[in-house]
Amino acid sequence: MAASTASFAESGADLELVGITKRFPGFTAIESLDLSIPAGSFFALLGPSGCGKTTTLRLVAGLEEPTAGQILIGGKDVTDTKPFQRPVNTVFQSYALFPHMTILENVAFGLRRRKLPDPVGKAHEALKLVELDHLASRRPAQLSGGQQQRVALARAIVNRPALLLLDEPLGALDLKLRRQMQLELKTIQTEVGLTFLHVTHDQEEAMTMADTVAVMNKGKIEQMGAPEQLYELPRTAFVANFLGQSNLFTGPVVSSTADAITVDVAGVPIVVPRTRAQRHAGEVAIGVRPEKLTLFTEAPAPAAGRNILGPGRVTDVSFSGVSTQYLIEVPGIGELVVFAQNMVFGPVATVGTEAWVSWNADHGFGLDDDPVDIPRSVLSPVGPGDSTESIAIQRRIALEEELEQA
Amino acid sequence: MSGVTPARGLDEAMFDAGPASGSPSRPGRRIRFRGLGLPIYTVLALLFLLIPIAYTFVFSFNDSGKLNIAWQGFTFDKWTSVCSVQGLCESFGNSIIVGLTATVLATALGTLIAIALVRYRFKARSAISLLLFLPMATPEVVLGAGLAAQFLTLGTEKGLLTIILAHTMFCISFVVVTVKARVASLDPALEEAGRDLYGSPSQVFWRITFPLLLPGIAAAALLSFALSFDDFIITNFNSGSVDTFPKFIYIAAARGIPAQVNVIASAVFLLALVLVVVAQVSRAARAKRLAKLLP
Repeated sequence: MAASTASFAESGADLELVGITKRFPGFTAIESLDLSIPAGSFFALLGPSGCGKTTTLRLVAGLEEPTAGQILIGGKDVTDTKPFQRPVNTVFQSYALFPHMTILENVAFGLRRRKLPDPVGKAHEALKLVELDHLASRRPAQLSGGQQQRVALARAIVNRPALLLLDEPLGALDLKLRRQMQLELKTIQTEVGLTFLHVTHDQEEAMTMADTVAVMNKGKIEQMGAPEQLYELPRTAFVANFLGQSNLFTGPVVSSTADAITVDVAGVPIVVPRTRAQRHAGEVAIGVRPEKLTLFTEAPAPAAGRNILGPGRVTDVSFSGVSTQYLIEVPGIGELVVFAQNMVFGPVATVGTEAWVSWNADHGFGLDDDPVDIPRSVLSPVGPGDSTESIAIQRRIALEEELEQA
Repeated sequence: MSGVTPARGLDEAMFDAGPASGSPSRPGRRIRFRGLGLPIYTVLALLFLLIPIAYTFVFSFNDSGKLNIAWQGFTFDKWTSVCSVQGLCESFGNSIIVGLTATVLATALGTLIAIALVRYRFKARSAISLLLFLPMATPEVVLGAGLAAQFLTLGTEKGLLTIILAHTMFCISFVVVTVKARVASLDPALEEAGRDLYGSPSQVFWRITFPLLLPGIAAAALLSFALSFDDFIITNFNSGSVDTFPKFIYIAAARGIPAQVNVIASAVFLLALVLVVVAQVSRAARAKRLAKLLP
């Protein structure tokens, strides 16, 4: 390992996980995970808390040892090496800046440990990259959260690791700062050409920054691909709801052609393209994204290639500037979510209005899940589910209760 | 993380020792004393605390003979002739040797135990944690007698070595408790970051763990020294013919305590006072500097 840690990596390296399993006393965090990240890519591991994503990151960093499996960085097996022997650096969730050292010494720490020439000069260069060189002589406690985050980033990239691990580094920042840091991170990644492995539970963050997103749930990767591919064609109910919102329906396949399958959803035939459906027979779950739905206040004329549901009643209208979210209760099917662009002034329907929805049959998708395995809460997109948003809401409620008790 | 960065948390912990640093989020309920009730009570309480110290200090200047009980007139003689009392300076020296050695041993061992108890999971961890409290909870007489019996069984000759062993034993508990709190407040991610940044285990310990634990370790060492320096009961059981400062005073008390004892006690007190003042002043200066740097 001496050779690879003693010099700067010229570019990122591939990361390969082969059959990684990690068991803690009492539970299995990761179950035989296979993952391959090509050099130079920005890869995001996305999932709810407790899904095993942080454990995966810690295994790659060497801070945990896998129960089984192999970790290869740049083709070299590093499974049995210690963290300080791996060409990997981490930006920790809590930043973990050394409070007793100046910013400059924090950044130079890794260079000094490897006895590389000119650690101070290189540290200044890295601080310039994150535009904090003027604060080099300060202590971490004298910096704001966003500045600390950038120092943590500089401290990691100054070592030019083959692989940079980011453990929800933007979680503690406010929304505006987070957007700004997302852009900066992306720019830096392109500039220095390192392989980034980013762990997050923020789906928007994962989608805006990463080339490839892997959605993780319960220690397994549910689906992996480019952000737009994951969003437009989710394969499981979990992905469909963790990455944005979805309207999901279940029913038996009643007819099947070379191009499409037709599903009987509470008596209404719904057409889904065959290539966009994972299952083609029996009971299936299908879905469509809320922004693909068009809202009508009068029954639309049936047209080829369009699915129509209704009539139902508008139960909730929430206006959010660019768009309006409508909830429509359709008897026998449940509540649907519709996102409508505000092309006219204000909402087009009010609560209690009779409404229909329709969508282009090409926009639907069929899921791989067995319909009986999909929890009720997921089928009805509102109400508590596994999505990031609902986790955040639940946390806030818990926090408010705690505050009241105090 | 509760939104507080570890860095800031550490600094606050360092400053928490002072009474002025805590600003309560809501004002406490005020107890109303009518008229002079509170001032009188406060003065009485302070007098009660300070009179013995003032007495010791004043009577170190007493131009007394063998007995240092009645005021005989002012003199500096006792301060200039401290060691003229037979055995006094020797016993004081012994106390310093025992105190320093026991402090070093107990602080080193106790720090390692504290880190192990917080950072690692192993068998009987909670049992050990509990057992370490026992020496603090056990009456000193029992500890001292028990140890003396063990030394007797082993045939160890009582002397400085047995005193040092005894003091190290009871100081370890206090060190563990003090340092443990500090280790628990240390974000494990800091050490992980050190390992991640190519620090070998020993480099991580000396460059990250140790400096960050230092305030706790220093506090534990001071506590150990203070405990060792004024221990009488356990020492008395395990010292044989060797005298420590407290033992000297105890024996001298039967005949009358010479004023030179007051001199040493006052000197120790003054030294401690100077240390506290220096620490407070540098703390205030640091807080001021920090406040200036932060927007």
